[in-house]
Amino acid sequence: MVWRPTLPTKPPRPSRLDVRKTSKLYIGGGFPRSESGRSYAVSDSRGRFLANASRASRKDARDAVVAARKAFAGWSAKTAYNRGQVVYRIAEVLEGRHPQFAAEVERAEGLSSKAASALVDASVDRLVWYAGWADKVAQVVGSTNPVAGPYFDFSIPEPTGVVAIVAPQESSLLGLVSVVAPAVVTGNTCVVMTSYERPLPAIALAEVLATSDVPGGVVNLLTGDPTEVAPWIASHMDVNAIDLSGVSDQQLATDLQVAAADNLKRIMRPDARELDWNADPGTGRLTAFLETKTVWHPIGI
Amino acid sequence: MTSSLLKTPFSADGASPTDAVSSPAALRRFLHGLPGVDQVGCEARVATLSSRSIKTTSKSLALDLAISMIDLTTLEGQDTAGKVRALCAKAKRPDPEDPTCPRVAAICVYPDMVATARAALGESGVHVASVATAFPAGRSTLAIKLADTRDAVAAGAHEIDMVIDRGAFLSGDYQRVFDEIGAVKEACGEAHLKVILETGELVTYDNVRRASWLCMLAGADFIKTSTGKVQPAATPPVTLIMLEAVRDFRESSGRQVGVKAAGGISTAKDAIKYLVMVNETLGDDWLDPDWFRFGASRLLNDLLMQRTKLTTGRYGGPDYYTLD
Amino acid sequence: MGFEYAPALESRSVVDLKSSYGLFIDGEFVDASGPSFKSVSPATEEVLAEIGQADVADVDRAVQAARRAYSRTWSVMSGGERAKYLYRIARIIQERSRELAVLESLDNGKPIREARDIDVPLVAAYFFYYAGWADKLEYAGFGADPRPLGVAGQIIPWNFPLLMLAWKIAPALAAGNTVVLKPAETTSLTALLFAEICQQADLPPGVVNIVTGAGSTGQALVAHPDIDKLAFTGSTEVGKAIARSVAATNTPVTLELGGKAANIVFDDAPIDQAVEGIVNGIFFNQGHVCCAGSRLLVQESVYDDVLARLKRRMATLRMGDPLDKNTDVGAINSSEQLARIHELTAVGESEGAERWSPPCDLPERGFWFAPTIFTGVSQAHRIAREEIFGPVLSVLTFRTPAEAVEKANNTPFGLSAGVWTDKGSRILWMANQLRAGVVWANTFNRFDPTSPFGGYKESGYGREGGRHGLEAYLAH
Repeated sequence: MVWRPTLPTKPPRPSRLDVRKTSKLYIGGGFPRSESGRSYAVSDSRGRFLANASRASRKDARDAVVAARKAFAGWSAKTAYNRGQVVYRIAEVLEGRHPQFAAEVERAEGLSSKAASALVDASVDRLVWYAGWADKVAQVVGSTNPVAGPYFDFSIPEPTGVVAIVAPQESSLLGLVSVVAPAVVTGNTCVVMTSYERPLPAIALAEVLATSDVPGGVVNLLTGDPTEVAPWIASHMDVNAIDLSGVSDQQLATDLQVAAADNLKRIMRPDARELDWNADPGTGRLTAFLETKTVWHPIGI
Repeated sequence: MTSSLLKTPFSADGASPTDAVSSPAALRRFLHGLPGVDQVGCEARVATLSSRSIKTTSKSLALDLAISMIDLTTLEGQDTAGKVRALCAKAKRPDPEDPTCPRVAAICVYPDMVATARAALGESGVHVASVATAFPAGRSTLAIKLADTRDAVAAGAHEIDMVIDRGAFLSGDYQRVFDEIGAVKEACGEAHLKVILETGELVTYDNVRRASWLCMLAGADFIKTSTGKVQPAATPPVTLIMLEAVRDFRESSGRQVGVKAAGGISTAKDAIKYLVMVNETLGDDWLDPDWFRFGASRLLNDLLMQRTKLTTGRYGGPDYYTLD
Repeated sequence: MGFEYAPALESRSVVDLKSSYGLFIDGEFVDASGPSFKSVSPATEEVLAEIGQADVADVDRAVQAARRAYSRTWSVMSGGERAKYLYRIARIIQERSRELAVLESLDNGKPIREARDIDVPLVAAYFFYYAGWADKLEYAGFGADPRPLGVAGQIIPWNFPLLMLAWKIAPALAAGNTVVLKPAETTSLTALLFAEICQQADLPPGVVNIVTGAGSTGQALVAHPDIDKLAFTGSTEVGKAIARSVAATNTPVTLELGGKAANIVFDDAPIDQAVEGIVNGIFFNQGHVCCAGSRLLVQESVYDDVLARLKRRMATLRMGDPLDKNTDVGAINSSEQLARIHELTAVGESEGAERWSPPCDLPERGFWFAPTIFTGVSQAHRIAREEIFGPVLSVLTFRTPAEAVEKANNTPFGLSAGVWTDKGSRILWMANQLRAGVVWANTFNRFDPTSPFGGYKESGYGREGGRHGLEAYLAH
């Protein structure tokens, strides 16, 4: 018989400790913790602890607005083709991390893995759909105007500026993508208050954005309690528009709308209870944060 | 003459009018450095001015002023001494029945009719203007243009209406146009030189502005819109640009140049619109036959008819006004 | 010699002024419940008529009439029939244009030349334009079956009384809404004449209702629970108040508010037209224009030249009787507005800006303010930041295109801007950079029914005019 060395018996393998991800905010292309140092526990749909998420403060919101404003000039000046490609790139990177997002959504929303996977599919598809709008929206909503005189007169859509978004509270990924994509594909930059109870898909999405050629500051994601932060953003004089899609409390929505009147922010206030993120989104969200600029010039020799 | 305008950059490189004529290149730079004219804006301004409502006493004043500014013109191949003498009679006393009616400024004829006109006008004070320089096309040699001019002056013309070489202008040879005007000016001697731009052939308002400056720099006493032989002849926008040019030229050089709108002005209403333009662009200094003229033949009768309407209160008819 | 223009007065006889006017509700003129107020001619302070002040109950009656007309008549009528009513109105406006122009000039103080050549023709044009949309809404790009919103409450200012009425009523009616419109307190008369035109056009009762009155009437309209849509043109301050007050109901609102437009003149501008554009930009309608070019930004290299030309041109402006056909600058609309202009110009002087007006005699009676420019103005001056809404121009300078853009955009407003340069690519670059809803390049203060108008930022939201102007009156 052949001698065989006696192999050392395998010691019981110590179970490997996970490296957990610290959940941070996403501001100006970086991942800071809340300046307040606060966090809150995020649980899955059955109440099991998932992670501590940063709890953004009004100062984080302020910093996010500064970052969004700073990014606006460059982002809005990019060609529509370029913006479309960047949004398409988000879809590509999201697709590449499909299993991770499916798992995130499954945990956050308490869905079956199949249903969660379908939501990731839908989110990718929505990004692709909006990406294509970048260089078409001006042709659909712009015009040349046949004025009664010797003038060339045209109207073009331009981004409103910095858009504050209270993201849907239930639909943690598809809802989020559905409100962010139309705002930024037209050249706006945004400050997003994510779902309070389901922030982890948003945090993962931040990582996708950070690796998708989206310039820092174009999308800023704040986890935390929108009811705490949103009033500061609603009254912020350097924010041009506010999307209240994630506000289901009608009194809060009204209060935010009142605050938003301080500088006449453009307001998107659909009934949060009736939002169906699987439905055909239409162009309403694209045009909600567009200004029409009309330019006149004489025609002569 | 004040003012801050003297310093202003009429040309892109800040050249003054004196520098402008130092070389062909400088002349070109200067003319192309003049501010552009926006056609639509210019015509809009004219439309607003045209909406002025000139009534009663101001109308009466305007009609008489317009009559006194007319260069009563006949420039036809069929002109005869008889025709010219008849016109001269009308020039001296446009309305034989009304001695308060002013005489016109001048008679405008071809060079061969100058002597006839001078004789017919005598000491009436009505000037004789002669077209010259191979009018209206100007397509001849400089020698012939100068001879043409000298002939007219020798025959007694007080004023010479020359044409510029539009071909040279449009081909960018500004120096040639400049030199030719200078030579004709010299040939004029004491006679006043009106330089015809023939704006209908220059086409763009930018060209009209450049040509106006070119003529003034070259020594024109008057700049004149048209020969009357090319359509369009005088138009209000073209005239407005020329009025602006003489205004700005006086600001920068100190020299006042007159403007003559010629061709196509046939009604009192039109004439009054031109006077309103002069009034609101240049003011009193140009509201004088020495500084603004109408080159016209039919205009006079309509002015007379409107004048009579103002005094009698009833509308007249053409049968009551002489056709000369 | 001096060529003075003799007075050329437009005859008032074409206007049949009544001594008092009621409200126009449900197709009838009815007495108002509130106390009446006087409408005066700003040029002479002559009382033109007594106007009824609508109170809450009157406004409610008007809204109810509009509601009935909406549900029973107007929203169920075919678009083609609605179109024919609007065409009919447009035609009557053309037929009665002289009367409308004279009354507008008399009541507002604006020169008859402007009322006659600009306001009234545009009013007819807006009705004519929107009439044609009434039966083509499904092609307007707002969905296959766009629906009207219902009853629109509309509040308009005193600077272009009839024109603002047209901007509001024409698209609202074309889209199938009915309206309750409140004209400005000082300029009710042409709106009431328009009511008469609605009667002549046999417009079904209740489709257009006019409630006259002051701010309280407007508040009653804004607060009315049965209003489906609000449209307001006026001050930013009131606009914000309206935006706040509709928050609870989330009623759709269109706001056309203030402005502080930069009119930017580059050194290669077509200079004579630029000077005309500056003058038209700020002295048109006595500067009572939300999109007025009230901040002149001149490139430093042509500053002296532009200023000299501007002053020379201003000296030819003819100020006086608005009914004189040769008047260029008419009366300030009210003593309140005159006081505001005096206040802000006094601030301008006290802040060190240099004030200049051409010599001109102001009439003894009436509300008058001479065309005025301030030089040596910086961005920090109040006269460079606040809307004066009068014939007062603040002159600033810049050196580079980027500086011009920075200064132009450095305001909470964003309604309009002007650019003067002969360089095409620079025009488009500037147009791109300027944060304003209307950019006039080598022209200024042009309006057309096909051309969307409205502001960025605190100049309001929504657009009026063109296909875009329909959007605010459609559910989609």
